[in-house]
Amino acid sequence: MTDTLTPVLTAYWDEPDIFTLEGYRRTGGYQALPKALAMTRRDVITAVKDSGLRGRGGAGFPTGVKWGFLPEGDTKPHYLVVNADESEPGACKDMPLIMANPHVLIEGSIIASYAIGASHAFIYIRGEVLHVIRRLRHAVEEAYEAGLLGKDILGSGFDLEIIVHAGAGAYICGEETALLDSLEGKRGLPRNKPPFPAVAGVYALPTNVNNVESIASAPAIILNGAEWFAGIGTEKSKGYGMFSLSGHVTTPGQYEAPLGTTLRQLLDVGGGIRAGHQLKFWTAGGSSAGILTDEHLDMPMDFESVAAAGSGLGTRSVQVFDETTCVVRVMLRWMEFYQHESCGKCTPCREGTYWLVRLIERLERGQGTDGDIDKVLDICDNIVGRAFCALGDSVGPPLTSAVKYFRDEFLRHQKEGGCPFDPAASTLFGGSGGKAPRSKEIES
Amino acid sequence: MPFTEEVRARLDADADAIIGQYPGARSALLPLLHLVQAEEGYVSLDGVDYCAEKLGLTKTEVTGVVSFYTMYKREPAGEYSVGVCTNAVCAVLGGDQIYADVKEHLGFTGGNGPGQETAHHGAAPTTPDGKVTLERIECNAACDYAPVMMVNWEYFDNQTPQSAKQLVDDLRAGQPVRPTRGPSRLCTWREASRILAGFNDDQATDGPAAGTASLAGLRIAKEHDWSAPVPGGQS
Repeated sequence: MTDTLTPVLTAYWDEPDIFTLEGYRRTGGYQALPKALAMTRRDVITAVKDSGLRGRGGAGFPTGVKWGFLPEGDTKPHYLVVNADESEPGACKDMPLIMANPHVLIEGSIIASYAIGASHAFIYIRGEVLHVIRRLRHAVEEAYEAGLLGKDILGSGFDLEIIVHAGAGAYICGEETALLDSLEGKRGLPRNKPPFPAVAGVYALPTNVNNVESIASAPAIILNGAEWFAGIGTEKSKGYGMFSLSGHVTTPGQYEAPLGTTLRQLLDVGGGIRAGHQLKFWTAGGSSAGILTDEHLDMPMDFESVAAAGSGLGTRSVQVFDETTCVVRVMLRWMEFYQHESCGKCTPCREGTYWLVRLIERLERGQGTDGDIDKVLDICDNIVGRAFCALGDSVGPPLTSAVKYFRDEFLRHQKEGGCPFDPAASTLFGGSGGKAPRSKEIES
Repeated sequence: MPFTEEVRARLDADADAIIGQYPGARSALLPLLHLVQAEEGYVSLDGVDYCAEKLGLTKTEVTGVVSFYTMYKREPAGEYSVGVCTNAVCAVLGGDQIYADVKEHLGFTGGNGPGQETAHHGAAPTTPDGKVTLERIECNAACDYAPVMMVNWEYFDNQTPQSAKQLVDDLRAGQPVRPTRGPSRLCTWREASRILAGFNDDQATDGPAAGTASLAGLRIAKEHDWSAPVPGGQS
């Protein structure tokens, strides 16, 4: 029986100097690298395949399979691109990971680059996190000085340059092909697929794009073996992952646990919903998947179970809202986000998000009409599946699920001529701020 | 006014180092824009000209990139860019109230609604002393520290209206302020832009490895003596 929490990536974050080469080495760091470099490239890929590791950036595609897509024996340069553009509302795992332990990402990047035959790796990190960028750059410098990067790494004959590339504020660049355009110095617009990045990625050359946590998982898999990793988690969602608990909970934070862990388990170990309140709705995978309610407390958070509940595991961004929270307000914020972050390339997403914001704003003010909710659903239906990339497809699920579970709450805004909730009651420092909370009436 | 010879020489040395890193020169555009922003505090038309010239691009191509990314300011702003996260979790837990209170405290008026006065929905106001520019920001990957503020893209976690007002007062008064997870000394906007361009200062090892929330699961695991299975072991 695996323990409830299984810290691996987070296991040494309480060491004050874990972000230095010395600190990382002291905790067993860079022991997987010589082992990987002594293996054949194919064997490294096989180990990652056998581990069952699935992409930790949201899509859940098998990482080893993705590595295997790059051509073998060709003469073209190959590239590794690490997607550190973490910007999904609710997602907050990759930034603390890099801040605390940048070397595990570097070690993973070297292993992945070796496996796919890349001599350049880019770490594309969102720009709005200055100290995380400092830490990562510092770690890369240390790795160069120690001969872990550059020419002939550890005498293996393998060369690798790592370039830390700071973005400039665009959520869409988390989409892998938009990221590649951005990395080429362009506006971050998604590309048509095929060709997939494995064939024509950055500079139209074979490229593998992986999330930070996926890459950072490679050293432990190489060191401890594929079977070890595969022995954790569920049959189809193997291994462990960071669950990021935020919102109205007693103990927000990072919880590294086997895939398949339930919200009830996380809340049990973390002290539950904040005192005196009840769970109203939550996300398992950030804002880009359907919301969930207390009926999903025992749903295993693995790829299959969350999908079966009409949502998505995504980045395990567990945002929890209690009964003081207005679901319409939350939807408005997310839709404003998508409207702003829509790159404008395709019409359904660009125009659809614009009109969704206006409709939901009107509904929140209590000036919506009966037809507005149906109009919202209709617009969602016209974005999802018709947009150019996954950003557009992300817009529908939160809204359609919110209407499914809380249609009455949308209507109450209209009946009462405004939002029936007291925003002060949902703050952490609030109190009731003049207007009495009316949580009883709206409990789900 | 185009950059002086002296400025150009300094920029050229940095720009050439940046460009030299990349297999394809145009990849240097985002860092170069951070670099000219470090020089002037924003991306001016001269900054655009400079980047275009360095990379053999048209001004239109460069401007198209500048306008796409929210971190590039198109006009001069304050020494400290103060952002209040008003995406869902932060907004609900108090970000909306913090933003409203700080705005009032700084004497900014006009445009109240959500979606106003963000870097992307309109000009963010700056205090007359040129110290503080206030804006709403999107999710900054610190939801477990909500409500979150950022100053020049450093983390100021777990804010309250009181702490937020104190923070902007201290910034305006030139009092030292310290990010919750970050360096000992807060950079100015220009200094921050230089780091984004690729040139670290000497503060990388300052601050904690991880904050309290980042360590929540680890602390609980240790209390229960929980761990990942031992490789090759029984459990």
